[in-house]
Amino acid sequence: MGIYTLRINGKTHQIEGEPNDSLLSVLRYELDLIGSKFGCGEGACGACTVLVDNQATRSCVTRLAAVDGKSIMTIEGLGGNQLHPVQQAFLDAEAFQCGYCTPGMVMATVSLLRTNPTPSEADIARIMDRNVCRCGTYPRIVRAVKMAADRMRNTESAEVRR
Amino acid sequence: MNRPGDIEVERYELSEVAPYRFEVERREFMRIFGVMGAGVLVLASVPASAQESGRTGQQSASTDVSAWVHIDERGHVTGYTGKTEIGQNIRTSLAQAIADELRVPLDRVSLVMADTDLVPFDQGTFGSQSTPRMAPQLARAAAAAREMLLDRAATQWNVDRATLSVKDGQIVGQRQSAGLGEITKGQKLVGVVPVGVSGSPVAQWVSRGTAEKKVAGADFVTGRHRFTPDITRPGMLYGAILRPVGYTGTLASMDDSAARAIKGVTVVRDGTFAGVVAPTERLARRAAAAIKTDWRVPTDLPSSQTVYEHLKKTGTTSGGGRGGTPTIAGDVSAARAAAARTFDASYRIPYIAHVPLEPRSAVAEWSDGKLTVWTGTQRPFGVRTELAEAFRIPETQVRVIVPDTGSAYGGKHTGEFAVEAARLAKAAGKPVKLVWTRAEEFSFGYFRPAGVIDVKTAVDGNGRMTAWEFDNWNSGSSAIQTPYEVPNRRIQFHQSDSPLRQGSYRGLAATANHYVREMHMDAIARALNVDAVEFRLKHLKDERMRNVLTAAAQRIGWPKASAANRALGIACGTEKGSYIATAAELSRADKGFKIERLVVTFECGAIVNPDGLKNQIEGSVVQGLGGALFEAIEFAGGKLANGSMAQYRVPRFKDVPAIDVVLLDRRDLPSAGAGETPIVCVAPAIGSAARSFGTVATELPVKLV
Repeated sequence: MGIYTLRINGKTHQIEGEPNDSLLSVLRYELDLIGSKFGCGEGACGACTVLVDNQATRSCVTRLAAVDGKSIMTIEGLGGNQLHPVQQAFLDAEAFQCGYCTPGMVMATVSLLRTNPTPSEADIARIMDRNVCRCGTYPRIVRAVKMAADRMRNTESAEVRR
Repeated sequence: MNRPGDIEVERYELSEVAPYRFEVERREFMRIFGVMGAGVLVLASVPASAQESGRTGQQSASTDVSAWVHIDERGHVTGYTGKTEIGQNIRTSLAQAIADELRVPLDRVSLVMADTDLVPFDQGTFGSQSTPRMAPQLARAAAAAREMLLDRAATQWNVDRATLSVKDGQIVGQRQSAGLGEITKGQKLVGVVPVGVSGSPVAQWVSRGTAEKKVAGADFVTGRHRFTPDITRPGMLYGAILRPVGYTGTLASMDDSAARAIKGVTVVRDGTFAGVVAPTERLARRAAAAIKTDWRVPTDLPSSQTVYEHLKKTGTTSGGGRGGTPTIAGDVSAARAAAARTFDASYRIPYIAHVPLEPRSAVAEWSDGKLTVWTGTQRPFGVRTELAEAFRIPETQVRVIVPDTGSAYGGKHTGEFAVEAARLAKAAGKPVKLVWTRAEEFSFGYFRPAGVIDVKTAVDGNGRMTAWEFDNWNSGSSAIQTPYEVPNRRIQFHQSDSPLRQGSYRGLAATANHYVREMHMDAIARALNVDAVEFRLKHLKDERMRNVLTAAAQRIGWPKASAANRALGIACGTEKGSYIATAAELSRADKGFKIERLVVTFECGAIVNPDGLKNQIEGSVVQGLGGALFEAIEFAGGKLANGSMAQYRVPRFKDVPAIDVVLLDRRDLPSAGAGETPIVCVAPAIGSAARSFGTVATELPVKLV
C-alpha cells in the first residue's frame, strides 16, 4: 500500500492504494465519481475515458502509481454550472441511445478538440476509433463533434474580437 | 450438454399464457396514491386475446398488456409501465403518447418504469412491442383520465360537458378553467378504461409524430445517470464469482484458506456456486484470485469449426417441439420434378455476442426477509420469479428495480447475476454489488444462436419460382416464412443441441433467415440473368414490401453503380410488422471490398418520433455491420478463443459508411415496432453486392473466397 496524490477536477486527493490499482476503480469506488464507466477493463472500449494532464486516457488500464501527482479531469469536472459545448452538442445531435458510452465519448471529444479544433470527419473517425458505441450512434457522434468544434471556434473568435 | 434451463432460443415465442390475471388489487393502487398523492389513477389493460396482431408470420405474444396513468393535484402526470428503457428511447416515446391524450406539454409527464413494486405486471421488453402494444395502453389510460376529469368538471361547474375542452393541462370552460389535477379536489379517484375507449387518431397527434428530445438527456451527457453498476447502498460490499477457465465446468473442489485470511472477506460456497464478498471491489477480485479451484470440464465439445455438423446431427426432424412442424403448401417434389432449373445451397451462421457496454450486474439488499435487487434486465418480472424460486420465497417478498440500462439487444433476458448478487448478500448480511467482468460477459452470458440453413428452389421455364424448401437448424424461426409467392413450399425449423448457451438477440433469427433467403434470391436472379429487383417484384404481392424495395432501388440508382469498379446489392424483408429494404454500394479494396454507402428504406406504419426512429435504424444497421463483416465467436475445447473486447471486433467509427435512411411514413397504418427490423437486410445487401467481385463464402461474415 502507498499514498498517492491525485489532482482530480481541481481538487487534491490523497489516495491510499496499491500501485497496480486502476485509476477507474479509485474514481468510481473511492470517490463515487461514477460518470466514468466500466465497460471492458481492457482499455478497448473507451467508456472509462478521462483526461490525464489533458490527454484522453483509458482509466481502467491506468495504474494508480502512474498518475501520482498528475492532474485528472473526469466528466464530473466538465462544464461547471452549465453544460460544456461538447455536452450540449451531444444533446442537440441526440448522439446517444443508452448513454453508457457517452461520458467517455464526451471526454474523448474534449481531448480531440484541444489538439485539433477543426477536425475532418476522417480525423474524428481515426481519433475516436478507440471508443465504442455499441448502440451504433457513430454518425450522430461525428455530427456532434463537428457541431461542438464549430461552436467552440465561433465562441473563441467572438472572444478574440471582444 | 443440452441443459434445458440454459436454452433460450427466441424466448418470447416460447412464453406460455399466464394462467390467471386478477384484477388490480385495491392495495396495489393505494400504494400509488401513497407515493404520488391524491389525484386520479386510471388503469388500462388489454387481454392477449383482444390484441390486434399487426404482424405477419408471427405468433402473438401471450399475455395482457397493462399500464396505469396518474395525475396529481398539481397536474403532473405519471405513467406506470413494466417496460424497461435500454436505449431504445421509449421513456420519451411512451411519454409522448400520454402527453398527447392529456393535451399537456411533454415536460409535464414522467414515467415510472420497470419497478416490480410500483408498476403493473409486464412480460418484458423485447420483440419490438413497446410501440405497438404498450403505447396504446398508456394512451387509452390517459384518454380515459381526460374524459373522467371532463365529466367531473361539468358536474362541479354545473355546465354542459360539450362546452368544455382540455388545453395545455387546463380544463377550459366558457366562464372558468382549472388545472387537470385541481378538479380532483384532493380525492383519490380510480378509473378503469372501459372497453372501446382508445387513444386519439393519428390526425390528432401533437407530440407524437415530432422529434422530441430524449427525456433527461442531460443526465447522460453529464454522466449523472446511475446505471446499475453505479448504484450504491449504505454499507454495501462487493462480490466476485468463481468461474471455470472456459465457458463451462462444474466446481469439484476448492481451497479458500488464502482468501479467508484476508481481513473482511467472506467466502460463500453453496452447492456448485462459489463466490466472495469483500469491502472493496479490488479486494473482492484479489480474494477470488487467491482461491484455488478444480473444475470438472466436459470433454469432446464441438468447436466453431465442427459445430455446424453437430447442429445438423442433433436437430429435431418433425413434430419434436417448437418449430418442429414444417409449413407445407402444394407439392415441392412434383414441382422439382417438373422444373426447368433448380438451385440448392447451404449457409452457415456463427454464434455472435451482444456485447452490451454495461456489463450484466446487480445490487442486492435483504431487509427483514424482503429482497430488493437493482439490475439491468429486459424482464424485471421474470427476474423477480427467478429470484423468488432461487430463494424459495414468495414473489411478494422480492422487488426488482431496473434503472435505465446501458443497452441489452436481447442479451439481458435472464437474471443469473441478480441471483448471484442476492446469494452473496444473503451470506454477508449486507447489500452486495456484483458487476460481471468483460470476460464473464463473453463466457457466461449467452449468444445469438449459430445455425445451418439449407435452401432448395425450383424455377419454371418462365423464370418463376415453383418450389421453395427451407430448413433452418438451430438459428430460429423468426421470419422463416418467405414473403415471396411460391406455390409449393416446405419450410421447417429444427431445434438442435447447442454447445454454447444461446438466446434472444436483436431481430432474433430474422437476420439469419433473411440473409439466406435474400442471398438465394440474388443467386437465382444472377443465374437466370435477370435483374435482382425485377425478380423479387415478380414474386411479391405485398404492397408495403414492394414500396420499400422500389424506393431503395431508386435511391441507390439501381441497377447502375455510381462509378466503375463499384457494385450494388439489395435485399428486402419484413419482421415485427415493419418493412425494410437495404441497398449497398461496394468498391474493390485490396483483397476484399469496401462499403461506400448504404441506403435504408423503412416503413413501420405511423411514425411516433422521426428522429428517435432514425437513431434506432442507424444503430440497428451499424450493429448489423458487425455480424455482416466480422463478428463470429470462435471456440474449441470448452474455451472461447476471442472472448474479449480486444479480440472480438465490434463496429467502430471507421467501419461505418454513409447511411442514407429514408422513412416512409404511413399515417394510415398502426405504428409497429422498429428497433429490430432494420438489422435484417444489412448482410444480404452487402453479400449480394460482393458477388459482383467474386465468389462469396456461404458462411457469415460476408467474405470473398
